[in-house]
Amino acid sequence: MEDRISVLLTPKKLNQQKCYDFVQDASCGGIVTFTGTVRNHTSGKEVKQLEFSAYTSMAVKELIKIAERALKRFDILKIALHHAEGLLQVGDIPVIIAVSSSHRKAAFEACEYAINTLKETVPIWKKEFFEDGEVWVNAHP
Amino acid sequence: MTINTLFFGVVMDITGLRKAALTLEKEMTIREFQEYLLEKYPGLIDINNFAFAVNESYVKDDFKIQDKDVVAIIPPVSGG
Repeated sequence: MEDRISVLLTPKKLNQQKCYDFVQDASCGGIVTFTGTVRNHTSGKEVKQLEFSAYTSMAVKELIKIAERALKRFDILKIALHHAEGLLQVGDIPVIIAVSSSHRKAAFEACEYAINTLKETVPIWKKEFFEDGEVWVNAHP
Repeated sequence: MTINTLFFGVVMDITGLRKAALTLEKEMTIREFQEYLLEKYPGLIDINNFAFAVNESYVKDDFKIQDKDVVAIIPPVSGG
């Protein structure tokens, strides 16, 4: 199963082409990708930059779990989950999900499952920086 | 017993620490450990809403912590 999974948590800039190339395969009829981008506002306030910090070793394990479950649950061939750590500016890419499959439905579903689950379970925290301060997102549910 | 405790996100800001080696006088469940932490770090008022991981896996409230475990307090995650 490992050769069908690409997981990365990195302080370096994420590479969309790398995710695409990993999942691309002659047997696939389609590739679905989700690219998260840093938005310039939250609740009407201007966001200056973001910082992502992670419990790195556990986050990688959780990312692998999501990929393994997606491979079991959906009829897909390959999946890539890449996430960035550290300071990001507006427009930068914190996350990329890419999924390939014979038929598009499974890839769409697996991609949505992967990003939704990532946001619920992977120990990564986002801090938003505003003109007048900074706040951990969702820190006080 | 001694357990290594890891702090992240808002918890790191509240405790002012990234990690701490804590000596417990008795075996504790996660639920009991929450009470212990709240006493030690009164700023952790939301502790009951936070998840816990032991040795890099999520655990439930009734999980019994063992000597040398690495216990991470996981405030609401916000990746993606």
